[in-house]
Amino acid sequence: MKRQLILEDGSIFVGKAFGSEIEKSGEVVFNTGMTGYQEILSDPSYCAQIVTLTYPLIGNYGINRDDFESINPSVHGLIVKEATKAPNYWRNEMTIDELLRIKGIPGLEGIDTRKLTKLIRANGTMKGKLCSMDVDTNKIIEDLRNTPLKRNQVEQVSIKAPYASPGRGYRIVLVDFGMKHGILRELTKRKCDVVVVPYHTSAEEILRLNPDGIMLSNGPGDPKDVPEAIQMINGVLGKIPLFGICLGHQLFALACGADTEKMKFGHRGSNHPVMEINTGKVAITSQNHGYTVSAATLAHTELVVTHKAINDDTIEGVKHKQHAAFSVQYHPEASPGPEDSNELFDDFISMITANKGEKTYA
Amino acid sequence: MPKRTDIQKILVIGSGPIVIGQAAEFDYAGTQACQALKEEGYEVILVNSNPATIMTDATIADEVYIEPLTLEFVSKIIRKERPDALLATLGGQTGLNLAMELSEAGVLSEYDVELLGTSLNAIQQAEDRDLFRELMRKLNEPVPESDIVHNLDEAYTFVKRIGYPVIVRPAYTLGGTGGGIVHNDEELEEIVSSGLKYSPVTQCLVEKSIAGFKEVEYEVMRDGQDQAIVVCNMENIDPVGIHTGDSIVVAPSQTLSDRDYQMLRNVALKVIRALQIEGGCNIQLALDPYSFQYYIIEVNPRVSRSSALASKATGYPIAKLAAKIAVGLSLSEMKNPVTGKTYSSFEPALDYVVTKIPRWPFDKFESANRRLGTQMKATGEVMAIGRTIEESLLKAVRSLESNVDHLLIPSMSEISDDEMEERIRHADDERIFVIAEALRRGKTIQEIHEWSAIDYYFLTKLEGMIKLEQTLTENNGSIELLREAKEKGFTDSFIAQLWNEEERAIYTLRMSEGIVPVYKMVDTCAGEFESETPYYYSTFEEENESAKTSKESVLVLGSGPIRIGQGIEFDYATVHSVWAIREAGYEAIIINNNPETVSTDFSISDKLYFEPLTVEDVMHVIELEKPTGVIVQFGGQTAINLADELSARGVKILGTKLEDMDKAEDRDKFEVTMKTLDIPQPEGKTATSVEEAVAVASTIGYPVLVRPSYVLGGRAMEIVYKESELLHYMENAVKVNPQHPVLIDRYLMGKEIEVDAISDGETVYIPGIMEHIERAGIHSGDSIAVYPPQSLSEEIKQTLIDQTIKLARGLNIVGLLNIQFVIQQNNVYVLEVNPRSSRTVPFLSKITGVPMANLATKVILGQTLAQLGYETGYGEERDEVFVKVPVFSFAKLRRVDITLGPEMKSTGEVMGRDATLEKALYKGLVASGMNIPTHGSVLFTIADKDKEEGVDLVKRFHAIGYHILATEGTADVIRELGIPVTTVNKIGAEKPNLLHVIREGQAQFVINTLTRGKQPARDGFRIRRESVENGVVCFTSLDTARALLRVLETMTFSSVSMPKFHQKEVIHS
Repeated sequence: MKRQLILEDGSIFVGKAFGSEIEKSGEVVFNTGMTGYQEILSDPSYCAQIVTLTYPLIGNYGINRDDFESINPSVHGLIVKEATKAPNYWRNEMTIDELLRIKGIPGLEGIDTRKLTKLIRANGTMKGKLCSMDVDTNKIIEDLRNTPLKRNQVEQVSIKAPYASPGRGYRIVLVDFGMKHGILRELTKRKCDVVVVPYHTSAEEILRLNPDGIMLSNGPGDPKDVPEAIQMINGVLGKIPLFGICLGHQLFALACGADTEKMKFGHRGSNHPVMEINTGKVAITSQNHGYTVSAATLAHTELVVTHKAINDDTIEGVKHKQHAAFSVQYHPEASPGPEDSNELFDDFISMITANKGEKTYA
Repeated sequence: MPKRTDIQKILVIGSGPIVIGQAAEFDYAGTQACQALKEEGYEVILVNSNPATIMTDATIADEVYIEPLTLEFVSKIIRKERPDALLATLGGQTGLNLAMELSEAGVLSEYDVELLGTSLNAIQQAEDRDLFRELMRKLNEPVPESDIVHNLDEAYTFVKRIGYPVIVRPAYTLGGTGGGIVHNDEELEEIVSSGLKYSPVTQCLVEKSIAGFKEVEYEVMRDGQDQAIVVCNMENIDPVGIHTGDSIVVAPSQTLSDRDYQMLRNVALKVIRALQIEGGCNIQLALDPYSFQYYIIEVNPRVSRSSALASKATGYPIAKLAAKIAVGLSLSEMKNPVTGKTYSSFEPALDYVVTKIPRWPFDKFESANRRLGTQMKATGEVMAIGRTIEESLLKAVRSLESNVDHLLIPSMSEISDDEMEERIRHADDERIFVIAEALRRGKTIQEIHEWSAIDYYFLTKLEGMIKLEQTLTENNGSIELLREAKEKGFTDSFIAQLWNEEERAIYTLRMSEGIVPVYKMVDTCAGEFESETPYYYSTFEEENESAKTSKESVLVLGSGPIRIGQGIEFDYATVHSVWAIREAGYEAIIINNNPETVSTDFSISDKLYFEPLTVEDVMHVIELEKPTGVIVQFGGQTAINLADELSARGVKILGTKLEDMDKAEDRDKFEVTMKTLDIPQPEGKTATSVEEAVAVASTIGYPVLVRPSYVLGGRAMEIVYKESELLHYMENAVKVNPQHPVLIDRYLMGKEIEVDAISDGETVYIPGIMEHIERAGIHSGDSIAVYPPQSLSEEIKQTLIDQTIKLARGLNIVGLLNIQFVIQQNNVYVLEVNPRSSRTVPFLSKITGVPMANLATKVILGQTLAQLGYETGYGEERDEVFVKVPVFSFAKLRRVDITLGPEMKSTGEVMGRDATLEKALYKGLVASGMNIPTHGSVLFTIADKDKEEGVDLVKRFHAIGYHILATEGTADVIRELGIPVTTVNKIGAEKPNLLHVIREGQAQFVINTLTRGKQPARDGFRIRRESVENGVVCFTSLDTARALLRVLETMTFSSVSMPKFHQKEVIHS
């Protein structure tokens, strides 16, 4: 069956349908990772986005039970050159087509994904819709133009009530803005006693859990759409060591008085080089963000830039001058992507240890 | 870190001659490295013995030495040049070994030369089996378990611990003799017992078998700041068990999940960091298809064949950056040369699939063992890029130029099911085609998986392709299916075959339906950043990214994969042609498909199309680019073969006209031309049937030289001495018919001469004449060529010059031509004329300083030689002597007879240069890998017809103190001369027999000439193979042996006793 992608600029890509028959619209973005489609699909940061994978052959090793980054993928569509019908892998349980059907996600294959990628590169991310061939194209284009981007994705993907993932180590409150499982996995690996809380949990509620550290997760959309989190961060900053990832990083920066801005087409992929400014060390990182902390707005804050992107000099990490708090724009939990920055979680744990030490002797 | 300023002068070591396992990829790597170092302002001194390379061009380094890559000669260069540093990691295993030798001999420390890149310690750790295992243990990384056993009990103990199957490798036997894979006690007993017998030290390595695991490679780079990245990973379609150089490989990996990918990536980075490599490194891993279990198979602490492939597959120039890292630069401060905007410390993202297929020499060596295993056998490889696996694979298949345009070898339909299964279980070079045949016969992918262990993902793809074939056949003319077939990489010619149409009809149909390919850019970043790289591949999609520019363009066709008969020399000429086109103010466009070469470096041409060299693929590029014309002279037979059909489709072929080329290549027309020009050639005729052949041969008289028309490298060419041999040849070696005639010439056993010339149709310039050491009958590519000629009279030389000029004018040559002459009894005959670039162009260009390919290109583009400063005649001869010595890869090709003859067998060449012929020969022979001791023993086993000539050699060897060994007949003759000789028994007789003498190293040289009859069972064949396998130099031509003698005679002093006093006979009373 044919299906089309209609973009707000009027471009149309006709290909073959796979996955769910539901028609969905969203912001069309691209990811350049060559592996990890299951992780990408289930990363809540893609909530309400239609993801184009630039690698042409997708689904080769199928879908397995282990590699989900959330239970219910919230992506609004998947576009590939070819979705493999007969995957083969010892962990394989179903095809990508089957998963998309089950999860109500439309897919489009057989289009020139490189052409689409270059279009996004040139024009920036655009709104688009995956729909059947019999729709009124002009009306869809009009609708796309007139419908603003969603602003409530965090609410949509964050948990509704707190839960505990118990451990015998440090108590970490993990604020879920659309958390990838990888973050929880890294904390669990370090024996942390994690309490995952919804995005709108207040500072008081968090402090009442008496945490040793606070972890701000990744999540979808514009950080400015989550003002309650900014308020919460201001309430805990300086009291409890804090580590932010991706959206968590942007929220931390906003809370400290910096500003964020939307990027033309963002960073999405598994090959982004990031330099640690102090040491000059370069790590290849996994990234997925459409917003960035504005460098110019840091001057008046208590933040110092710790990491930057080698390719475009955008800010990839900051830390607080006074308080035990730092954040990175990229994904040290990888999944998918390189694990070069995994030790940032150890740094977080060390920071907590150091912080506790100070308390004892203070 | 900025680059180092404490060093100024760097010595770079090249990789020497092309042999199997070490080919053109090191010309690409070395050229990039030299250029990169020069770019950074260093003074670069290069040493390499291979004259056929771009890297040994005078412009690539500040000083270029074409000298043997041995301790002796490189030490001399170090003493003379006093470099501050040495870069050896871009010269393959040869470079590393030499660096090791220089260090061990104390040369590096004596002259204070620093080794750049990777430390010797790291090299040892990666290459020494024990040190490597020790390191892996330290890193806690798994290698397949193994043990050294000295008897059967020890083997049992090992197997008890780790279980079957195991691989048994006898120690110190060549090519894995006596080893094998063992599944049970019975096999263990058999193979270990025989293995222990074969091993001179009575040792076997017993190793856990991981055959059937996925084989995955990572190309990794690291700089001095410990930043490390993965450039590319690759997955072998053939699982562990076949050498990666002999495997079909795809990039990136297709069947690895992100967890697998990252797990192995972490390992690769850990290893390169542990070895502290500064530059590139290749890591081969095996991954269990049913778990996360993996093993590290091998680490190459240097740039390799795989890194050339990875560079072309991603656009990321590994060698160039490795050279810069070696002088202190870091990845994060170097720009990514592809985008020009981003930096080198990133990991390329591909949005296409790359397939590499090896090119094997079995079309030449029909008797060779084609079974693939742990010893690499391919001479070259092709690469193809597509947006689907199918497209990528089929483009690679037709790039092989093996007369296939699809996964179909017609004769395959005749093999039995049993043979089919056997050939899938034990892979040979055609396994992928056998699998396609099995699928056509309805075998299931489950069966094929069971036989081959190839991943179901790939088998499913192959199955889909076979199904599409069937659907196409059932739906003749379906446009929708035609489109799908093109997207899956099917050729017009194959679709035409399915639809019973002409290829042109399919092409026309497609054009009318708008089914045309577009060209996508290889940009390292999957389209994320804008790039300027002019590096394209075709695919059937929507957006075309390659726009024709306003500049007039010229298209050059490359020479495809490296194979015997068509080596790196043609890439050399191609690159020079591209440069000349650019100099002349045109846009230079190249089409080629060999990932190893300099010509497919995107920075060489204005536009690179990485495409198969078929009429269809080339026409697509021509339709888009509308070049002024196409140059086919430099791409060997590959390009020449396309010329007719391209011309028929209205394409302008630049340079010598097709009908003139035909006059040189079509036997009958050639004969007419020769008659008209009044130039003598050996009597000969064309035959189109067996009867005709017999008639022709009896008219002109035996011996005759027979060969099919239109061949390169003397394929299927033979000298036959009588009618029965001729009949045998006609039945077995060729398929004769009016379309494929056979040429029969009188075989003249004289001195062979080779001449290359450049002509604009009027002016004919001859840069040099070369004389062959071996008499006619041995392929020119396998002969030692000497410049300038040493034994020609001025009169003969003048005849050669006159005839060359006459021929060039008579054939209206515009560009290059190569002529082979034979001189018999002071008469000059023309053997053949090749109206194109030849194998000797780089050699002659380098030694005479005449940029032949450059001049030829400019002439082709319309300039006259006069305008370029050349006039008709012969270039002034140099005072020095230069020899070109062929290099063979026989040790790697079992069952191949090493006898030299009209069919070319060498894979590469080296140059020797010095003041006298003997000195030049010495260098050439040493550079080719020959060990030349000044005393020892020579074993003679020569045919009766050669005895007289052989005796002369015996005398001379004896005179310089060599001991003579010979078989009975020969020994008797020698003894009669009063020369001491040890008789050696024939094969099979008691000790000391021939094989013992050779195996035990009792002879330094073996001189064996061919008795008639070519079946390998003959003793001569065994003698020759035994010599190769034991590393003993074996001469099959008395001429080559005589050349060695000349060298030895100048190296040694003769031992002749003083003359006796003249005494009258005293009569005692």
